[in-house]
Amino acid sequence: MSALDPVTFAILTGRLEQIADEMDATLYRSAFNPIIAEARDACHGLYHATTGATLVQGSKGLPIFVGAMAFAVKAVIDKVGANGIDEGDTFIFNDPYAGGTHLNDFRLVRPLMRGGRVYAWLASVGHWLDIGGNVPGGYNPRATESFQEGVLIPPVKLLRAGVLQQDVVDILAANSRLPRSNWGDLNGQLNALDLGERRFHALIDEYGDDVVAAALQAASARAEALMRANIAKLPDGTYSFEDYLDNDGIVDERLTIALDMIIAGDRMVLDFSRTSPPCLGPVNISHATAVACCYVALKHVFSEVPANAGCLAPIEFVISGTTFLGVSAPRPVAGYTETILRMIGVVFGAIAQADPARATAAPFGTINALSVAGHRASGDRFVMFCFFGGGLGASPESDGLNHANNPISTATIPPAEILEASYPVMFTQWALRPDSAGPGRHRGGVGAVYEVEVLAPGGADVSLLGERGRYAPFGVDGGGPAALNRFIYDTPEGPASPPMASKITGVRLRQGERLRLESPGGGGHGNPRTRPPAQVARDVLRGFVSPASAARDYAVAVSTDGTIDAAATAALRAGATA
Amino acid sequence: MSAARILVGVDVGGTFTDLACFDEATREFRIAKAPSNRGDEALGFIEGLSRLGPIATLGAIVHGTTVGTNALLERKGARVGLITTPGFRDALEMRRRDRPHTWGLWGDFEPVIPRELRLEVPERTLADGIIRTAVDLAAVREAATRLLHMGCEALAIVFINAYANPTNERAAHEAAREIWPNAHLGHSAQVLPEIREFERTCTTVLNAYLQPVVASYLGKLEAGLAQHGFVGSFHIVQSNGGVMSTQTAARLPVRTALSGPAAGVIAAAAIASAAGYADIVTADLGGTSFDVSLVAGGKAALAAQTTIDFGLVVRTPMIEITTIGAGGGSIAHVDPGGLLAVGPESAGSRPGPVCYAQGNDRPTLTDANLVLGRINAERPIGGKLARLDIAAARTAIAERIGKPLGLSPEAAAEAIVRVANARMAGAIRLVSIERGHDPARFTAVPFGGGGALHVGALLRDVGLRAALVPRYPGITSALGCIIADIRHDEVATVNLSLDRLDAAALDARMAQSGQAAHAVVAASGLQVDGIEIAYELDMHYEGQTHTVSVPLPVTLQGGTIGIDAPTVRTAFEAAYRQSFSRLLPGIPVRIVNLRTAAIGRRPHFDLAALAPGPEASLAAAHRGTRPVYFDGAWHDSAIYDRLLLPVGAAIPGPAVLEQPDATTVIDPGLIGRVDPLGNLIVERA
Repeated sequence: MSALDPVTFAILTGRLEQIADEMDATLYRSAFNPIIAEARDACHGLYHATTGATLVQGSKGLPIFVGAMAFAVKAVIDKVGANGIDEGDTFIFNDPYAGGTHLNDFRLVRPLMRGGRVYAWLASVGHWLDIGGNVPGGYNPRATESFQEGVLIPPVKLLRAGVLQQDVVDILAANSRLPRSNWGDLNGQLNALDLGERRFHALIDEYGDDVVAAALQAASARAEALMRANIAKLPDGTYSFEDYLDNDGIVDERLTIALDMIIAGDRMVLDFSRTSPPCLGPVNISHATAVACCYVALKHVFSEVPANAGCLAPIEFVISGTTFLGVSAPRPVAGYTETILRMIGVVFGAIAQADPARATAAPFGTINALSVAGHRASGDRFVMFCFFGGGLGASPESDGLNHANNPISTATIPPAEILEASYPVMFTQWALRPDSAGPGRHRGGVGAVYEVEVLAPGGADVSLLGERGRYAPFGVDGGGPAALNRFIYDTPEGPASPPMASKITGVRLRQGERLRLESPGGGGHGNPRTRPPAQVARDVLRGFVSPASAARDYAVAVSTDGTIDAAATAALRAGATA
Repeated sequence: MSAARILVGVDVGGTFTDLACFDEATREFRIAKAPSNRGDEALGFIEGLSRLGPIATLGAIVHGTTVGTNALLERKGARVGLITTPGFRDALEMRRRDRPHTWGLWGDFEPVIPRELRLEVPERTLADGIIRTAVDLAAVREAATRLLHMGCEALAIVFINAYANPTNERAAHEAAREIWPNAHLGHSAQVLPEIREFERTCTTVLNAYLQPVVASYLGKLEAGLAQHGFVGSFHIVQSNGGVMSTQTAARLPVRTALSGPAAGVIAAAAIASAAGYADIVTADLGGTSFDVSLVAGGKAALAAQTTIDFGLVVRTPMIEITTIGAGGGSIAHVDPGGLLAVGPESAGSRPGPVCYAQGNDRPTLTDANLVLGRINAERPIGGKLARLDIAAARTAIAERIGKPLGLSPEAAAEAIVRVANARMAGAIRLVSIERGHDPARFTAVPFGGGGALHVGALLRDVGLRAALVPRYPGITSALGCIIADIRHDEVATVNLSLDRLDAAALDARMAQSGQAAHAVVAASGLQVDGIEIAYELDMHYEGQTHTVSVPLPVTLQGGTIGIDAPTVRTAFEAAYRQSFSRLLPGIPVRIVNLRTAAIGRRPHFDLAALAPGPEASLAAAHRGTRPVYFDGAWHDSAIYDRLLLPVGAAIPGPAVLEQPDATTVIDPGLIGRVDPLGNLIVERA
């Protein structure tokens, strides 16, 4: 095999990524449901012929899928087994225990055949709007078995030698409240695979099968080398950190995610053995999801390491099936996002202990999956399903970003005007939330308030799957925690909140009634009493921090118009340091 | 229609102000250059004009400006106040919930209007256009007064769903205008009556942010021109590649965000068309970036919006320019994982490449070109430096690239050039292959200083047909100012079902919009051969959120369009099939936006005026040979003074063609020919 010269390696690295990016873009532009088209809840890439390991990944794909896709491809490889596969075959499935994440995520896996053999696999994953189950949209906070979350499709052939199997499409359509949306998204994913197949073939034709294979191998080795260099810079030792989920939606008890992170030279062990056992409600995750989630956390900390399987080589995972981080069927998993967000935060917390200059404080840490469903004046059914934003954790360099997405996603939020034009609702608040950010020398990013009035004449049914209602996003290096998540809705008896904090289903709102979601900000970084008073005063003038919080958390006396009382501030700060 | 005049195009760049002058009477073409004066661009502008003769004798001036772009990039716009719907004052700061980077959660964001200057007044319009709460005009006046007291110089009014019904917004605008002391106020339905509140708010706010800056700049220019007795017309190039009156520019300055680069693309398209090349990719290699733009069939591709910086979105039709961080100043490095990369970090023009000897010791693309003999160390382009330090460049490349990769300094320099070439090729693929265009049909047109150094690689790596190097690459944008058509774009969100289309109502709406756009162009005061009205619809299948642009094969004639549903459906299906492989029969189709463009075609400009004169000859142009490194070996290469090459000259590679504002490298295996207009056409030999 020819040796790969450094120039060809550099060129191929860029060209391979470009093809995966282009697959992402094709699906975003042709998808039907806003969770893919606007929120980019999708991912594409190229995977190893026999192991399924990630070879190439689009730079815009949903971060959590970047880690999980390797497991999905492996599931297809195992299924194909001795039966073999033909050119033009394409598998479809959504089994979360094999491929990670949850039932809404439909994976399409197609072989890239060269000379009659599988050279690599192409895959596409996208979040479909509705796949049956008890709750429109799939986020059923009351589920105790995956059967209540939707229909589970094991890897089956959607295309045989390029021919679409209408039987499979019919089964999918019969099991969804929104078959047309799913059909549109399915076509978008096929568009992306068609394009990727053409482009990868053209590139391999140009450079040769061996040269491209060598480049893929070199890319993996490079990712591994970069990851080892990063780990080696952290001081050796064991760093332990834990955080909690409010509850599982069924039993109102907290769930612990505990991490012991061991750094030894250029190796890292992530041991989650002290974590709570599997739970009844839908916040369990599969082993595949748990590994993918650690990958996301480390990629955020060591962001220059390229997105392929090589970066996981120096990491040992201890994730046991006796914890709620390694469950199998039919434990419910629809709320997996909440669990992985907490897990990512726990990794950040442990890294901050090893080196506070490397880590950001906790991001807001909940996706707040909200579904508002009912019937329009015309009688047609509607399901508005959306995730919401919050603040990011402060960094050692700056305040956190206000109103951002969670680390597992780069999804943009649909505009309020698109939601109002699509569904019979009206937003009465779409705003930043005062006093929601964790105080610190660098303040956390500010969370948000969304308030929605139902316009549908028959009212609407509301369900929410969220978190951080009881345990706030933490600060690091002396920084304080952010505000808790809050959900309030109108009832004939007045405003109410869910007994399980941020998880509820079956809330009935009449026309003219409202719901209100207040998301957390991010945690603070560094002691807030060392924040320059002028910056605190600016936050007060802007309404991000109340005068009361300025005095209590920052030891700065400032009035609502931003005027600082210098003498009172000096006294507060003297008292604070005494 | 009018007497022959002297036309001048003025492109104010960061370092130099370039001018292109055409005398319609004598058919004489001249160029001029003056140093730009950052912060007071009007100085260089007037100075440059004076070099062309008495300003009073000039007939028309068309200007490509970066004043708006720079104010956006450097955040030096006006203090703006915002009046908006209750509950929505943070829409500008909340963005679309994005973050600066996919990986890594560091960084924050400051909107151009701080929160204390964003006020809410009672009003509400619903998505279907029904006014739920009429606007409280007393509250509007009170808010405007407060913002004035807080020092605001400009005012933006943005109400939710104003795209569906602008009544509340217009009423608020009228009320605010009564008390606002200047003309710097606008409302969103006036700037961008299109759905999506963040994009509309941001565009409207950035327009207000630029109004005082651009109006004051244009005022200064007009005063300076008047002082010199200028009585001709004065126009500004828009981001869409058309020109507009200074009045329109002062009202809608956000449409100048890409004024300068757009003029360059227009000129490149015109030059290439005149030479017989209708399908081109422009390639502008600057100090920090590489900009490409696709022109198919003589028409530049337009994009609906651009992101100036994180959280700063401008949504207005503009020439689609794709930028990657690879320029002459881009720094080459080997990362800890052993990968050679060029850019995106750049040494810029200060300290600049190592060979500038201004304190940078990390090698750049320019250093690699120098070490390989592709650039003349004794005759740097641009005329600012006397010579380049080749030894320092060589040492930097040997130490930082050669050693870690085990390559000789020459091989390391060539590796840098090849990696940079690959990135440029990637950018061209992005706008050609990835949009379904066959690169073998396209010709690269490099303009700016550096593009012509890399044409060989662009031919080879992307499979382009040829490269066309304009005779004066450095003044392409100034030339574009003279050539550009007059253009006015309008957009409106219409939200119609194709299956239940009221064709007569749509026809009336299109006619009205076409007449309004026509009037703006007709009032511009520049000579045109005719005004065309073009229509496009943004359409999708019901349920999709993204749309495809659907050009309609109709125009405005006798106050009507003659549109019908079958015409629209046929056009939609053709456009959809071009973008995606599958149509979706049975799913209803919707029309989201109506886009109208009025284009005033300028009289034909004869580019023969640019061709070499009788003094040109091969002998006069020849400047000897020097060794240049290609494909792993030094080759003795012929050196020519490009401007002295006669029409018909054929120069086989390897050769280097030098001129004051650009260097062209002809690789071995390629041949360059001077065409009748003075362009250099580089092709496979």
